[in-house]
Amino acid sequence: MCLAIPARVIELLEDDQARIELGGVHKVISTALVEDVVLGDYLIVHVGYAIGKLNPEEAAQTLALFAEMGTDADPANPAAYI
Amino acid sequence: MKYVDEFRDGDLARGLARTIAAEVQPGRSYRLMEFCGGHTHAISRYGLLDLLPPAVRMIHGPGCPVCVLPIGRIDSAIELAQQHGVILCTYADTLRVPASGRSSLLKAKAQGADIRMVYSASDALLIAQQNPEREVVFFAIGFETTTPPSAAIIKQAARLDLTNFSVYCSHVLTPAAMVHIMESEGQPDAVALDGFVGPSHVSTIIGSAPYEAFAERYRRPVVIAGFEPLDVLQSILMLVRQINQGRAEVENQFIRAVTRAGNQKAQALTAEIFELRASFDWRGLGEVPHSALSIRPEYARFDAERRYSMVYRQVADHKACECAAILRGHKRPADCKAFGSACTPEHPLGACMVSSEGACAAHYTYGRFRVEPATESSTQTDLVQ
Amino acid sequence: MTFDSRRIDFKQGRVDMSHGSGGRAMAQLIHQLFVAEFDNPFLRDQNDGACFALPSGGSRMVMATDSHVVTPRFFPGGDIGCLSVHGTINDVAMAGGTPLYLAASFILEEGLALEELQRIVVSMAAAARAAGVPIVTGDTKVVEQGNADGVFITTTGIGMVADGINVSGDRARPGDQILVSGTMGDHGVAIMSLRENLTFETTIRSDTAALHTLVAAMLTEVPDLHCLRDPTRGGLATVLNEFASQSGVGMRLFEKQIPIRSEVAAACELLGLDPLYVANEGKLVAICAPQDAERLLAVMRAHPQGGEAAIVGEVIEDPHGFVQMETVFGGRRMVDWLSGEQLPRIC
Repeated sequence: MCLAIPARVIELLEDDQARIELGGVHKVISTALVEDVVLGDYLIVHVGYAIGKLNPEEAAQTLALFAEMGTDADPANPAAYI
Repeated sequence: MKYVDEFRDGDLARGLARTIAAEVQPGRSYRLMEFCGGHTHAISRYGLLDLLPPAVRMIHGPGCPVCVLPIGRIDSAIELAQQHGVILCTYADTLRVPASGRSSLLKAKAQGADIRMVYSASDALLIAQQNPEREVVFFAIGFETTTPPSAAIIKQAARLDLTNFSVYCSHVLTPAAMVHIMESEGQPDAVALDGFVGPSHVSTIIGSAPYEAFAERYRRPVVIAGFEPLDVLQSILMLVRQINQGRAEVENQFIRAVTRAGNQKAQALTAEIFELRASFDWRGLGEVPHSALSIRPEYARFDAERRYSMVYRQVADHKACECAAILRGHKRPADCKAFGSACTPEHPLGACMVSSEGACAAHYTYGRFRVEPATESSTQTDLVQ
Repeated sequence: MTFDSRRIDFKQGRVDMSHGSGGRAMAQLIHQLFVAEFDNPFLRDQNDGACFALPSGGSRMVMATDSHVVTPRFFPGGDIGCLSVHGTINDVAMAGGTPLYLAASFILEEGLALEELQRIVVSMAAAARAAGVPIVTGDTKVVEQGNADGVFITTTGIGMVADGINVSGDRARPGDQILVSGTMGDHGVAIMSLRENLTFETTIRSDTAALHTLVAAMLTEVPDLHCLRDPTRGGLATVLNEFASQSGVGMRLFEKQIPIRSEVAAACELLGLDPLYVANEGKLVAICAPQDAERLLAVMRAHPQGGEAAIVGEVIEDPHGFVQMETVFGGRRMVDWLSGEQLPRIC
């Protein structure tokens, strides 16, 4: 059960709260479930709570892998379904 | 939206799809269960099936907490609102789930029960603070992703010494459900599964470690997949490769958010507030041992089940409802006689149709123009036009 | 005309039952608020109905009515007042009509602050003036506290349809092109941003607007426009399913081509909503023959209300009447009728 979205911390607030930004939308969420949150962090937000942090290096690595794995196809068998 | 849009790129999708198509081996089956309802929704919403070769069959698992919520627990929630006059706070997804006597939380609300939709568990706490003269109950459902917020508000309620607030806990656990599905594989109509697409955000909380024993014992690969469609595609490719190579390992595709240990702060908080139930009745799966949580005695005053002496009454599913088989991946929505006729999103008979990520609702809402084969033997999906 | 010349206290006063009783208090309210703000010769006549000569230019008239119960009553970009004016003007325009006059009736809840009512009426007057469509008659009733949510407004409009115009939901044909006049989902998200439990700060404003001059420009360029409708409750998806059903056709949309503001998309992500089902109050959907599409698009883009117009799909043969969409990802999904009210997802 998973609808969660990565959003950027733009302001730290008291009582374990932070203001996050996603695509120009701002929202106040709870950081009670994560630690050492700093401005600029990307948090994974689920039902108003940050449940984890997004690691930018790993994200970049994943994106690079998409591109790499997408060219692994054996050219002798172009069984394209697209 | 950063870290969202890039993971939905159509060109990268086509590349991955070509690779998958190239690597599936003739004569091999790739029956993959995507456990998480969010993945079911993503597959439907982005039309992922169009990008997969017929050899890869996606089976929708029971990772939709609304789908597996038994009728009896909704009945109890409605009773709380109607007979005890509490303000019952619930996530939106639960509002339309069919309960006994054709009722539902939404219908009970229409009849005057004070049932309020909340977006976050903390909203329920706020309502309790704003209404000190009323009793407020939060209907807590969900897998391990949604459990820590419930723990947080109970802890907060204790700190604030609230006397009018409690939680009706129906939180369930992912690995236990996965085990239960594999245990049922020996049954006559069980479908053999070749691999699992593991849940994204549950894994953010529990980490990848809990799946290791599972992969080893049942010798099936598990790839923990991120939430976006490219993540799902890449994870399918990783599963195809493991299957081809005869491996049965836990791989983490969602490296940007999942570590082996997971979110230990959230895990500790959950363990502080909740304990394991010996057994829990899951819709579709029946009684599953050690698969759900209840509130610890130290926090009994916030436990609605104790506070209102609630008694759980098991209720059988509608006769025509095939949710049980669909949740196990044994049948497809189209195999259910009621699908699309007696059972539609407008008049759901079972929870698979109510929650937009239930297999039936997803298929009805996003994919019913696609005629899917009802039997194992046919492979090509035909589009209506 | 003489009756009590006491001024109503709009700052502190509240609606009470006497304002709906037909007596002096009601006459004062009508005179000092509605007539004063809407101000036109019809209202100055003080008759129960407005009498006017038959307009020329066509042989058919169109009448439309809409009730408005939106809460919150004031939201970024508008309020229930201008919404009620724009909404009915648009309904008339969507039938291919030139709106001529409006009627407005109010059901007021006892206890409503007169200051709020005044703000709403001032807004309606401004919207009507800007659109050139006067409010020429109306009604006021007051109900006891608890029996209405502040204020309910019903507006009715009439207009005239020029000869040769035949806009109807059953005229979509395979090959036709589907256009929208601008970004989708703005209004619904602006409203949801204020509702309790879904608060967040955004720069999203309701797109509420009168579209009759845009429609007039479109019909001048393409008199044989097939279909027009404004995607209010239920959004774009609902309008297209309605057209598909009325016309006995299917549709194929291209997600990449549907204009959605990035903040609206982000807000929908956060809330688990699908922007295709979110309400719009200042946009329209048009279906035209393929050879007219480029010209229609150009004329829409040249108009202030159509700057972000786009071709979003095409009509196809389909006995099932499904509305399909090619996703940004490349796969296909259905865009079905909305089931019940759209509830935010958490999963």
